[in-house]
Amino acid sequence: MPKVTVVVVGAGLAGLSAAYSLAKEGIDVLIVERGDYPGSKSITGGRMYFLPIRNIYPEIWSQAPWERHVVKESLTLVSEHSSLSIEFHNQKYNDQPYHSFTVLASKFNRWFAQKVTEKGARIINKYKVDDLILDQGKVKGIVVGGSKIEADVVIAADGVMSQMAEKAGLRNKLEPKNFAIGVKEVIEITPESLEKRFGLGTNEGSAHFFLGSLTRGIPGGGFLYTNHDSISLGIVLGIKDLANCQQNVAPYELLEEFKSRPEIMPLIQGGVSVEYSAHVLAEGGLKAMPRLFGDGIIVSGDAAGMTMNLGLTVRGMDFAIASGALAAKAVVIANKQKDFSAATLSIYQDLLKGSFIWKDFTTFRHAPKILANPRLFKEYPRLACETMEKLMAVGENPKPKLSTTVFKQLKNRRTLSLLKDMFGMRKI
Amino acid sequence: MAKVNIKDKLAPNTYKLAKESHLQVNQELCRKCESRCCLSVCPAGVYTINEQGEIRVEFEACLECGTCLIACEHNAIQWSYPKGGFGVQYKYG
Repeated sequence: MPKVTVVVVGAGLAGLSAAYSLAKEGIDVLIVERGDYPGSKSITGGRMYFLPIRNIYPEIWSQAPWERHVVKESLTLVSEHSSLSIEFHNQKYNDQPYHSFTVLASKFNRWFAQKVTEKGARIINKYKVDDLILDQGKVKGIVVGGSKIEADVVIAADGVMSQMAEKAGLRNKLEPKNFAIGVKEVIEITPESLEKRFGLGTNEGSAHFFLGSLTRGIPGGGFLYTNHDSISLGIVLGIKDLANCQQNVAPYELLEEFKSRPEIMPLIQGGVSVEYSAHVLAEGGLKAMPRLFGDGIIVSGDAAGMTMNLGLTVRGMDFAIASGALAAKAVVIANKQKDFSAATLSIYQDLLKGSFIWKDFTTFRHAPKILANPRLFKEYPRLACETMEKLMAVGENPKPKLSTTVFKQLKNRRTLSLLKDMFGMRKI
Repeated sequence: MAKVNIKDKLAPNTYKLAKESHLQVNQELCRKCESRCCLSVCPAGVYTINEQGEIRVEFEACLECGTCLIACEHNAIQWSYPKGGFGVQYKYG
C-alpha cells in the first residue's frame, strides 16, 4: 500500500474524531480497525456529557443516535439489607442543548464512522495492527496483516490497553491500582414500560449510581442508565482490590447479586438480556497517563488514560472526542511544516493543556487517591443506612432524641476518621 | 449465593471464533503463583484450573478487556487481541 499521511489505529471515538477532523482539512487519513465494523469492539457505561463536545462537530450531533437525554440523576447508598437514595430531578435538563445523553457505543460509533467516511477518510475493518514500523525509535508507520503501511504520523487510538503506546515505548506496565474493570448487561425492555418504571417522559432518561455493600468492600460501585428501549446495568470494581480479595469473587457474580437486589429487580423484571460486555477503565488520572506523543506518534482517548470517575460523574467519551480533535489539530500544524518529530508534535500537549481536558484532570488530580479510600465503599454507606434506620425507628421502648441518635452513630464510627476524610475531600 | 453460570451470561453475545488462542499462559510461572487471581478476576471466566493444577485458557469466551493482564502479578500472561475480524462482536456496546 502506498504511503499515507496519517494512520489512525482504532475506530473508537478518539480515532473517529481525529479522522473526521483530518478529513475535513483534506488530509489523507486511514483508520485501521480490528473489529468487523467500527463499534464492534467499543463499550461504554454509558452516558456522554454533551456540552464539552457540542461545538467540536456542531454539524453532525443533531443526527446522532442518542438514546435518551438525562433528566434524572440518582445516587443510592446500599447496605446488606437497606438503601438510602438521593434523586436529583432537574427540569432544566429538558432544555436544549441537553446536558448529557445515554448512549450505546457500538451503535453510536457505527454512525460516527459513516460521517467520517462521508468526509473522505478511509476505514479498513477486520485488520489488527500487529506492530509499529520503528526506525531508531521514530514511528514510521504500522505493520498489519504481514504488510507495512508507511505513514508520516500514527495516531494511537487503540483503547485503554493501548499496544501502540507500549510498542512506541510511551508507557510502562499497567498497574492494577490505576485500573478498574466494568461489566455491563444490556437488558431490553419496551420504551413504554421503561418510562413507566423510571417515571420518565418520552426521550427522557436517567442515570443512577450505587455505592456500598454491592461491591463487598472493593472500591467501585454499580450503575444504571436508561437507553431508548433498554437498560445498561453494570458494576465497576478496582482491579487491585478485586485481585487481592480473599473471597475470590468474580465480577459477574457481583453483577448477578446486584441484579437480584430489591432496588434493581423490579426495574429489570421481564427484560431480556441481549449482551454482556466488559471494559477496563483508567482511573489513575494525570499521574498514570502515558507520554502523549513521540516521534511520529500521538496517543489519544482511552489509550491516553483519559477517563475520570468521580463517583457522581463518570466521563471518558467527551475526553475521547475532544482529544481526538486536538490530535488532528496538532497533525495539521505538523503537516504544514512537514515535520512530524516529537518536538513539533508536542503542540498536541500544549493544545491539551489549553483545553478543558487538562484543566479537569488537573483540578481532580487528587481524586484517584482520595476516592480509593475503602471507608467510602464499606463504612459510610452502611453508616448512612443504619443511621436512617435508627432515625425512622419507632419501637416499644421510648424513642431517644434524634440528635442523640445521630451523635451516637457518629461516635461509634470513629468521628476522627470521618472528619479527616471529609477534610480530605476539599481537594476534589 | 447461587452459583452463576458464566456460559449463560455470555450466551447472548456474538462471537467469531478464531482457531488459535490469542492468550497464552506460562504454566511454570502459574504453578508458583499462590493467588491465582486470574481464576476470579476475569469477567468471562476464561481461566480455570484442571486436575493437574494447570491453568486452562478458554480464549473463545474472552471479552477482550485486559483485566487478566493488569491483574497478573507474575507477568505470566502473554496477552493480545484476537486476530482482526475475530473474537467478540458487540452490537450494543
